[in-house]
Formats: sequence, structure tokens, C-alpha cells
Amino acid sequence: MTESDGSTQPMTTTRAPTREAGDAAVLLLGITKAFPGVVANDDITLALLRGEVHCLLGENGAGKSTLMNVLSGMLRPDAGRIVVDGREVEIDSPRRALELGIGMVYQHSTLIPTLTVLENLMLGAGGGLRLDVRGARARLAELAGTLGVEIDPDAVTGTLALGQQQQVEIVKALWRGSSVLILDEPTSMLTPQGVAELAKVLGGLKQHGLAVAFITHKLHEAAEMGDRVSILKQGRLVGELGPDDLRGRSHEQLQAEIVRLMFGEEAKEVADVAELEERVEGHEPRRGRGEAPLLELIHVSAAGDRGQVGIHDISLSLLPGEIMGIAGVDGNGQRELAEAIGGQRPLTAGEVRFEGRTISTLGVSRRERLGLRYVTDDRLGEGTVGSMSVALNLVLKRIGEPPFWRRGVTQRRSIEATARELVERFDVRTPGVDARVATLSGGNIQKVMLARELAFEPRAVIYSKPTYGLDVRTIKAVRARIREQAEQGVSAIVISTDLEELVDLCDRIAVLSRGRLAGVVESGPGVAQRVGELMVGQAA
Amino acid sequence: MSDVAATAEHTVAAGRAGRFAALGDAGIRSVGPIVLALVAGAAILLALGRNPIEFYGDIVEGGITRTTGLQDSVTRMAPLLLIAAALVVVFRANIWNLGIDGQFLLAAAMVAGVGRDLDRALPNGLALGLLWLLAAAVGAVWTIVPAFLKARYQVNEIITTLMMTFIGINVANLFIKGPFRDFESTNVPQTSVLPVEQRLPDIPGTSIHVGIVVALVACVLVHFVMTRTAFGLRLNVLGANPRAATHFGLSVPRLVMVSFAVSGAVIGLAGAAEILGVWGYVRADWNPAFGLIVVPLVFLARLNAIAVIPFVALLAVLSIGGDLAARRADLPNDFLLVLVGLILLFMAVTEYLGRRRALGASYLTEGLVAALRRRKRP
Amino acid sequence: MSKVLTETFLTALVAGGLLAGVPLLLAALGESISERAGVLNIGLEGMMLLGGYVGFSGALYSGFTWVGFAAGIGAGMFVAVFMAVLCVRLGLDQIVVGIALTLAAEGLTSLLHGAILTERPRLGAVELVTIPGLSGIPVLGRSVFSQHLVVYLTLGLVIFTWWLFRSTNAGLNLRAAGDKPSALDAAGVSVVATRTWAVLATGALGGLGGAYLAIVGAGTFEPFMTNGAGFIAIVIAMLARARPFWVVVGALLIGMSLQLQTALQVASIDVPIDVVNMLPFLAVIVVLLLFGRRAYLPAALGLPYVRGSR
Repeated sequence: MTESDGSTQPMTTTRAPTREAGDAAVLLLGITKAFPGVVANDDITLALLRGEVHCLLGENGAGKSTLMNVLSGMLRPDAGRIVVDGREVEIDSPRRALELGIGMVYQHSTLIPTLTVLENLMLGAGGGLRLDVRGARARLAELAGTLGVEIDPDAVTGTLALGQQQQVEIVKALWRGSSVLILDEPTSMLTPQGVAELAKVLGGLKQHGLAVAFITHKLHEAAEMGDRVSILKQGRLVGELGPDDLRGRSHEQLQAEIVRLMFGEEAKEVADVAELEERVEGHEPRRGRGEAPLLELIHVSAAGDRGQVGIHDISLSLLPGEIMGIAGVDGNGQRELAEAIGGQRPLTAGEVRFEGRTISTLGVSRRERLGLRYVTDDRLGEGTVGSMSVALNLVLKRIGEPPFWRRGVTQRRSIEATARELVERFDVRTPGVDARVATLSGGNIQKVMLARELAFEPRAVIYSKPTYGLDVRTIKAVRARIREQAEQGVSAIVISTDLEELVDLCDRIAVLSRGRLAGVVESGPGVAQRVGELMVGQAA
Repeated sequence: MSDVAATAEHTVAAGRAGRFAALGDAGIRSVGPIVLALVAGAAILLALGRNPIEFYGDIVEGGITRTTGLQDSVTRMAPLLLIAAALVVVFRANIWNLGIDGQFLLAAAMVAGVGRDLDRALPNGLALGLLWLLAAAVGAVWTIVPAFLKARYQVNEIITTLMMTFIGINVANLFIKGPFRDFESTNVPQTSVLPVEQRLPDIPGTSIHVGIVVALVACVLVHFVMTRTAFGLRLNVLGANPRAATHFGLSVPRLVMVSFAVSGAVIGLAGAAEILGVWGYVRADWNPAFGLIVVPLVFLARLNAIAVIPFVALLAVLSIGGDLAARRADLPNDFLLVLVGLILLFMAVTEYLGRRRALGASYLTEGLVAALRRRKRP
Repeated sequence: MSKVLTETFLTALVAGGLLAGVPLLLAALGESISERAGVLNIGLEGMMLLGGYVGFSGALYSGFTWVGFAAGIGAGMFVAVFMAVLCVRLGLDQIVVGIALTLAAEGLTSLLHGAILTERPRLGAVELVTIPGLSGIPVLGRSVFSQHLVVYLTLGLVIFTWWLFRSTNAGLNLRAAGDKPSALDAAGVSVVATRTWAVLATGALGGLGGAYLAIVGAGTFEPFMTNGAGFIAIVIAMLARARPFWVVVGALLIGMSLQLQTALQVASIDVPIDVVNMLPFLAVIVVLLLFGRRAYLPAALGLPYVRGSR
């Protein structure tokens, strides 16, 4: 389908001689990989063709990343064969994969923020004892030219914008002459502009005859970027749409087809969530007009952790019953903002007011008792203690307080009774309130946290990426819970990198960029576009 | 994906076996390292040309069957138990207070230094009570610097507490050779001696001083605090996940300072027990070096202040009996150090196998286990 | 105070500082390498002790100092093998294993000393290499430029390590292993192998340091003779933030404070030995209090690398 341009200088000179577009660069045959208690890949057979962008589409946990980690040597399959350039091979390490010309850009950056771009690229490049700095500079210039981007070789990587970091990652994956490039959720950290630029880069790589595997859970992305789309569900390959399928149909038909493949019989039930991206165009602001603000941020600044941006001079006010969204690319100060409001991070300037009274100096517990709650996105990292019971986790923000503690002594009965009630009310699926939280699924851990934060009379709740990594049903339930709370007059701040989610939920959307407020957009027609513009405007 | 895998791993572990099997696992994990260390120790003795069966036989004789053996061993348990209880507090919070010897020795030196004068000035009971308090205060004070460095700058407390031990030993010596020196006594500088009848009374019918009762009470108390109170829960949360502690509004620096101080205080009590119960004075350069040998036991008992009691009993027998055995075998009495090192090594290995085979609960604090197991979420 | 700054005093201080500082320097240099690679090597004290014992025995029984140094290096690496297998390879807790190795080495060398070296033998004076021109410099010339060959070798190692960190692939791999092992793995370099080499290098340097302490420094082996030097070396490495030249500065300063007693005696000033003994530790604590916030530790220090987790 893509032209095989014989005159184009191939990017790589070390691969097998036959490099016609349309040839299979990689064949995965019957790949099976199981983790304790779950089959992540169940007998998957797949071909990556030269000159094609092959999208792997599926929900979180469908097995996309596992499959590609098998190909990149990070995981070893339990069964199945891998054929690269017509030869059956065994890929037992990332090094072997690179030798075979398979480069991967991981979902989480594999760049070392403290090293320069050049050092990052030279890492693992081999070639004797001494670092070949001159050779590396030349190689970078060459690859940057191919990609059509400009990269400063001596910049410290951590200081680059995320889009640029990703370009470095792609250069790194191609460094040793890869002919197969795997991208794992490459757009999750990018602005809309960055996504467009990525599409351009991929177009160029296709022309150079590379086979590109593109992992995504976003339906429209697969439809737009892919020459071929394979759909994974619960570890199995449930459908493949070739170039002809993709071209022959209208956008709507395509979406409907993919939804049917992804969700099968459940399609009807979840279709509204899956299609949010298409249908939602914002709604009229509906709450809290003309009332006194519940929560106010006045010129708030706070320092970031080592190497992270802080927040600078942020002023916002939240009306009772209002849902405010915080949009922005990850790492632009969202976490710092949430922690500053929640009381976890000291302010360096400014003031936080709740019902008109300053609460800048109050700690987490005092704010908690006022009704100011924070549902963190790091569920096991800080939101719960995995080794402790569901019951204890439900009261961890009230340690020492009656009725759960009396004179410092734990009142087990009281804690367990409350826990049972909350588990029931918030529909937490757990074997019992004494089960350890780590044994629950991500969705149920999220429900435990929601139960803890929304119990005991909340007034304003900060939700950080409340639906990240959850399955479609739980996403629905969580969003419903946020709306329901707002109906009862509980204000909310929803931080999310998923713009569609914000458009769906929020009355207003504030945009964070490099720790500063780029602007606030009222909900309504065209809101997504205006937010996107704000994100780009400051980030550039 | 990793989400599912991690969860599955835990589910498998949880549903694995009944209570009985779990007890068996716990037995293997706790007793296994000791047995293995004793076997490896025997091999070392053989290599040194000593008869390990005789050596271990001498340990049993010296620590249990000899006339005063058992009583000596129980007496030795008092300081060891107090140290173990103190370590449970900090280890639960995932804080490595390894400055035990410094805290112990300074407290002991202070008690011995002011003991006789205080006892002359005040009624015996009151003086003893004040001396216990003094020891606790000294032990706690000696943790302030490492605790501050950790709380404020996150400086690794293993190193700083060890440094403070080296300093503490020398400071204790300075006191003993200086203000506390009793010039009427021998050539070797030492403090004045607290008369036997002014020391801690023995349990009637034995030569075991009541310090062992204090130590047992301390163990029970520590166990209660760590499992049934808000303070204990705070320390457990800190130990399991310091970031979560911040999220839940706990003041991590304050918890670090307080748990350090509590453990130092209890270790100070151990010093008081040893002086007020056994010696009555401190000589320059005296250092029983109880500290690091207690560490592995606390792990073997899975940071449980009650479960640690039998392990400490074993250690006390090894310690008391080991002196006799070493003397008869014409060896320095540092065989115990080798044994303890080996126990730690084998414990680490069983921990690895345990993780592999879901064998019982881990010895390590939850924070460490989490660091090993955590599949980080974005 | 003018009495203090006499020639003999300075000579004693500097020469003694070098003598006491070299083992620290070797050990701290080694620790820098493993810390850079993300392994907190608490077993350093044990490596030094076993290196000291085996090195001394080697020199004693063979009659050649060099055999002793080689044996010391071997012994340090022997201890390091445990660290590498248990912590790097199997991912066991570095602190527990490190303490275990130190305790076991302390006990073992004491036992061996008590069982075998019952005669308390001593080695004769070692051969020094005098640098012709420089040793003629007044006051300090003789004390500084007349040293055992190992001292010059150590300075060479410092420069080599600096070069290794700065401009070699291996150095880059070490940094990556400490800062973000997953990145190193993804780049196709084995984290386990990188860290294993780092730990073995630490063992070799620690063992050599211990051997120097016994063979050149003391001329004999005593149980517990390192007396915390391994732990001090760890702190020096932390504060030097893996910059070899700062390791030199730290080691020599601490070395001099260790030798203050002798130097002060030379100047006939009486200071209690206990004060002198605790000076290096006190210095470390004071430095930590002043510069604690700057102690550098790689992000992944102390954590085992498990592929698939980050």
C-alpha cells in the first residue's frame, strides 16, 4: 500500500538485503505469555509489515504492552515463535532485540534525566572502552535529519519538553539501525500539536521502509494513524482491520466496527463511553452561578520535587457544586497543585482559602476535617497501604480520632463496622474488610479511596486522574459518582490528561502549562479545541 | 498489565494454604536460618581444627545445664530483650537504628557514674527509679543527631547511627576516665561501684535480677503499642510507605524523631538493667557489643515484640555458653559474631526462596518488601 | 600554637595522614564505584577486614609484600562475590546482607587470628619508593614523596577512576545503573553484570585498602583493626558524590585526624586518646550536619533491579 521508493536511502545499512515495503519484518506466531493468575497473551499471531504503521488497540490490560515487550526482549514468552526477516529467532534480552533491528519506545521514558541527550544516546551503544562522542554527534545529526526534527545534543535531557524527549527516544530506538520501531502509548504525554508532529515523523519513517508498531487504547488514534489495526481483548487477538478495511469505510462505520470487536456483546452498554471522544462537545455550565466561592487559590506558588516543575502564581476559585477540570500534559505541575490544595505540600507564596478563611497553614488532617479531600492518582504508591486491610485503609486519614480511636487505643469493632458500611455503599468488591488492599484490583482500590474521601461529609474533592487505568465499567461508575456528588453540592477539581473526560465532566477547565495557569475555559461548544490551543500556546 | 500480575500474585499467596501450613512456613523461615548457621558454624570450627560437637556441647553446658548456666542466661536476656523491643519500634517504621551500642554504653556509663552518689542522697527505691529514667533520657538524647539528619536531610541513618556509636564509646570512656573515675579502685579507670545490696533485687529464690521482669513488660507493652494504638499504626504506615504517610497527613519528620527517641530510650533502659542488675560499675573500654547481634533476631521474629522472646533466649544461651565453649576451645569469644552474620545471610536467602515460593510472611518491613515488589504505577 | 606548627609535627601529621588515609582512600574509591552503580555496599568494613587478615597472612607466609596485596585483593573480592550474588543477582536486601558480611568477617578474622596467629607475628618495615627530585623539598618532601609503591598506584587508580566515570562507555553504564537501571536494561546492557563488576571492583579496592592497613600501616593484623574505617569510607564516598578527587580530599583529611594523636605526641601535647579516637567520626557528623542536604545518592541506590518493575 505504501510506495516502495527505491531511490530513498534506507536508514539502515546493516539489515537483511530484501527490504521491500509490504514484506513482513516481524512475524509473531502463537505467542502466549502468562503471569500468575492471568494469561496476558493467549496464542497471538501477528505480522508487522515494512512501510506500515500497525496499531495495536485494546483496553488497559488487554495485553498489548506484554506482546510488544516479548518482541523487545523485556519478557520471554511461554510459548510461540518469533520470525524476524524470515529467520526464526529467540529474543532473550533487549540487547538481542536491538541486534535484530527492533527498537522500542517505552510508555515510560527510558531516558535518564540527569544525562545529556548525547550521553543518553551513547548509553549501551558499545564500541570499545572510550565514548565515541564525535561519532555520536554525527549519528544524531543524521537521524534528526531523517525525522525532520532538531535536537540539541548537549541539553540535559530532563530539561527538554516531553515532545522533544520523545523524539530523543525515537532517535535512540533507531540508533543502531533498527528496521522495526515499537511505540507504546506514544501520545499519552503529548499535546495535540505534539501528536500531529509525531504523525509526521511516522509518515517519514514509513517511507524509509520501517515497520512501525503503535500501541494505543484510543480508538480514534488507531483509526487515524494506523495502516492496519489489530484489536486485543483480554490477551486474545479479536480482530484485524487491513488497509482496505480502513480505507473503504466512513469514520463512523469504522468506529462502530472497532467497538464491536473490542467489546463484543457488551458493545451497547459501553458504547457511550467509548464514543465519548466523538460525541461530547461540552455542555452549558450548570452549577454554582453567583454564589460565594468555596475554595480559593490566591497567587499560590509551591516548589516541585527535585527535577520537577513547581507551581507558580496560580489563582483559581471554585464555586459550590462546581466541577472544575485541570487540563495539561502530565508533569506540568498537576500533582504539585493537588498536593498544595490538599495540604501535603507547603506553599512558597500565596494563600489557599476555604469558605473565605485561610487554610494555608493547616495540615492534611485539619483540611480533611473541614471537608477538603484529595483522591490521589498514585493508588498504591501513596493512596493506600497495600499490606494493610481494607478496613484500616478506610480510616487512615483519621488515625487517632474518635470513634475509631479512644485515648489512642484502636477500636477495631468501630472501624470494621464503618468499613463494612462503606464497602457496601461504594460497591467495593472485596472478600472482606480484613482483606489486604494489595489483593484488590485497581478499580476496587480506587473505590476504597473514593469511599475514604467521600465518606464523612466532603465539601470539595480533588480528583487526580480518577479513571486512569480502570476498565470501562469502573470508569463509568467513577464518573457517575463525581457527578452525583456535584449534584449534592460537593465541589470537585478533576485533574486529568484525558481531555475528553474533562469536557464530559467539567463546568470549567483550567489549563496548566509548566506550572502556570495558561487560562480557564468555560464549558460549551468548542471547548476541547480552545483547551488544546491553550495547552499548545504555553508549551511551545 | 503489571497491575493484574501483581494482584494475581497476592491473591495466589493469600489463598495458598491454611493456617497450619502457614505456621509451618513460619517455622521454616524462622528456625531454618538458625539451623543452617549452626551447621555452617560447625564447618568453620572443623576447619579451625576444633570439634564442633564438643563446642556446641560446651555452649549447652555453659548456658543451660551448668549450675548457674540457666540463671546467667535468663539474666543476660534482660538487656537483650529490651534492645529487641526497642528495635521492633524503629524497624517497624523502617528506620535502621544501628547505634545501639553507643546508646547502651552511654546510658550505662551515666547510670554507673552517678549511681552511688544518687543512692547515698536518696532512698534506694527512688534512686533506682531516677537512674532508670536517666538511662532512658541518655539513650534518647544520643539518637537526636541521626534522627535530625534523617528527618531533615534524609541522610542515611545506618551510617550516622554507626558513627554515633563510635563517638558514644569514646565519650563514655572520657566520662569514666574523667568526672566519673573512682581513684580508690584499680589501675584500670572505672566508675565507683554501686553496693550489691543497693542494686536491683533478685527474683526470690534465684540469682536473676528483676530487670528481666521489666524487659518482659517492655516487650508486651511495645507489642500492644505497635498493634493496638494510633501511635503504632502511624509508625507502621511510615514503615510500609513513607509517601502514603505524608498523604495521610502524618508528620514524617516528627515520627522519625519520636520513634528514634523511643528506641533510644528503651535501649538506654537495657544499659540501666545491665548496670543496676549485674555489674554495678563500668570500666573503661568495656563494651559488651550487644547491639548488632540482636538485629537478626528481630527480623526472624518478624518485628513482633512477643515472638522475639524465644529467639532472645536462644541468643542469651549462645552468648553465656559461648564464653565457656570459647575458653575450652582456646578461641576468642567472637564465634557468636560469625553465627549472627551467618544467620543474617541465611535469613536473606530464605527470604529470597520465600518470595519465590510464597513461603509465609516476609521478615522485612513492608516498605522494603514493597520496594522489591512494587510495580510502580504511573 | 607556634609550637604545634613545627617541622616534626607537620611531618608526622602529613606522613601519618597519608599512611592512615590511603586505606580509606582505596575503600572510599571502591565504594564510589558501587554507589554510582546503585549498590550501597555496607559490607565494605568486612571486605577491608578480610582483606587485611588474608593480605597480612599472605605477606607473612610468602615473604613477599606483593603476594600479600594480591591476596588482600582476592579476599575483598571473595566477600564481594557474596554481595554480588545475593544482592545484585538475587535482589536481596543490601543492608541486611551488608551487615551480615561485616559481622561474619569480623567474627571470622577474630577467630582465625585467635586460632592461627597465636604468636602475634609482625612484618618488617616495607620498602619505600622515594621520588628523587621531589623528596628533596624541604619540610614535607621526605614524608610525602617517599612512599610505598601502593600509594603511587592508588593515586593512579584515582585518576583512572576519574577517567572511567567521565569518558568511557563503562562509566556511562555505571551512572545509568545507579540513576535509572531500567534505561540501561532497555539500552541492551545488563544491569546485573554492570553492578556485579562494580561490586567486585569495590571488593578489590576495599581488600587492597585492608591489606595496606595491615601490611604497611600496622605491620601486623589485629581483630577489628579497621575500627569503622569501612563505614567512614562509605560516608566519604557519599559526600564526595562519586567525584574521585573529592574522595582524595576527604580520605586525607580523615586520615590526618586519625594521626593527630601521634603528631601531637611528637609535639608533646597531651590530648586524651578517646578524644583523638572519635575525631574522625565527629568530623563526619559535623560535616553531615553542615552539608547533609548535599550528600548525593543515586536515585536507585539500595534498590535491587527487577526487570518489568521500575
